[in-house]
Amino acid sequence: MANKTPSSEIDLNDLRLDDARALVEHDADNQLAGLENSPTLLLQKILDALCELSLKDPLTGLANRRHFQQVLSREIDAVARSGEPALLLMMDIDHFKKVNDTYGHPAGDQVLQTIAKCLSSCVRPMDTVARFGGEEFAVILPSCLASYGRTVAERIREAVGALSIAVTPVTTIQVTVSVGGAYAPEWVRSTSSLWIDRADTLLYRAKTEGRNRVCMDVQQEISVSAEEKNMLFGHLALGDPAWIESIAIESASHAAGNAMNRIN
Amino acid sequence: MSDALMTPQDTTATAAVPLKPLGRVMAVTSGKGGVGKTFVSANLAAALAKRGHRVLVLDADLGLANLDVVLNLYPKITLHDVFTGKAKIEEAIVRAPGGFSVLLAGSGMVEYSRLSAEVRNDFLSIMNGLTPHYDIVLLDTGAGISDVVLFAVSLASEVLVVATPEPTSLTDAYATIKVLVGQQKRQNIRMVINQTARLGDGRAITTQLQQVLDRFVPSEPGRQVRLIHMGDIPSDLSVRQAIMRRQLLMQSMPGSPAAMAISQLAGKLEEAIIRRQS
Repeated sequence: MANKTPSSEIDLNDLRLDDARALVEHDADNQLAGLENSPTLLLQKILDALCELSLKDPLTGLANRRHFQQVLSREIDAVARSGEPALLLMMDIDHFKKVNDTYGHPAGDQVLQTIAKCLSSCVRPMDTVARFGGEEFAVILPSCLASYGRTVAERIREAVGALSIAVTPVTTIQVTVSVGGAYAPEWVRSTSSLWIDRADTLLYRAKTEGRNRVCMDVQQEISVSAEEKNMLFGHLALGDPAWIESIAIESASHAAGNAMNRIN
Repeated sequence: MSDALMTPQDTTATAAVPLKPLGRVMAVTSGKGGVGKTFVSANLAAALAKRGHRVLVLDADLGLANLDVVLNLYPKITLHDVFTGKAKIEEAIVRAPGGFSVLLAGSGMVEYSRLSAEVRNDFLSIMNGLTPHYDIVLLDTGAGISDVVLFAVSLASEVLVVATPEPTSLTDAYATIKVLVGQQKRQNIRMVINQTARLGDGRAITTQLQQVLDRFVPSEPGRQVRLIHMGDIPSDLSVRQAIMRRQLLMQSMPGSPAAMAISQLAGKLEEAIIRRQS
């Protein structure tokens, strides 16, 4: 018996468009080639468009808040596994309300779009730039060392400050941003909301300390360096062939034991 | 031996202030998963119970530990029901086959993994209420170094780190020890090396870890970190068999090399923790 789900019960958050797309592709593979307007192709185009819609901010073309959340959750898992530091930057345009009030909302939109482009040009392709909401942006930087983080944040702050944004044919203005940066706790599993909270607190501090500045948290150094690792098991494994051999014999006897288990 | 919870007992650990480690509580942790942390917790509890101690094992991984799987216990009432006010703590404590008590978290506890101040306080008051009724409480913590794990360890006066000779396990154990030293200012950390291939491997590994710590982790004079080697558990096929049959090794194969090693470990811990504090 087919169990039909009423559309009202479909949770859009659970909808896996990637999976659906893969299914469609699978279908397409099994169909005759050369059908330009096959229902499968049409459906695929619709799905592509939906994916685009669901992940991008329409005004700036940056990742929207939903996409940002997904990337952030994935990143926090990756950090817990790899122990590689990752940085989250939260930034806010200083006195943005004044821009809107003085030059109108189209001017405000122009500022948001220009800054969005500028942010994307300041970071690596692997980084995720998102519009967090209103005049607030966020950047997720995976594999970002402590020494590198502040450099990126300062580069962004300076690049935005150097922009001349044409808000009317005759008027160009300059804006500044305040930036708060927090590292995903190394080796420590946390949650994305706690991570955002920390970056937000630092952004708030940058604002209260006078704007147009970067506030970064002090990263705890809990990583295990290559030197430490080398000393940790250098002599156990590399320097002592007998030890490796004993492990190998051990696993062989394990395998033999498993075989015995199957026979019994 | 009378039922542990029902027996009132004098103790100095009742009035613990938040985050001050409670007496007679030992956290069992590892850094890496899959090194036999829960296996050690459960069988160590059985070995201690056999020596006449009242032992409680608490699933401090908030529902992600495999204590229920290892012990083959699926109680209807868990810590989750206590947190949500549906049951009393006494109802959630079950008797494990090895003669010790177990408090399982229940799957609903995963929601609490965010560790708000309320959850911390609830957890702490539960711990405060329980410790006086036992000679020792073992906290089976989760894998990794999550804030839940760190919180659980912070409640314990003793830490036992379980590691295997594998490089990945050693790295994670070392990282864990670094965090415990850095964040909790721990000085004494007990080590047990599981799945050793040869006699003496465990001690060599602990010595090696100690040397790396001495060299790379700065400590104030007089506050050096000390790793205390508590023993090796040899690689033993009977462990695998016991786990597959979902039995406690201490019960099903008490004469096996691994069971004897755990028995020895229990003796050492009894000497170091229980006798010293009573």
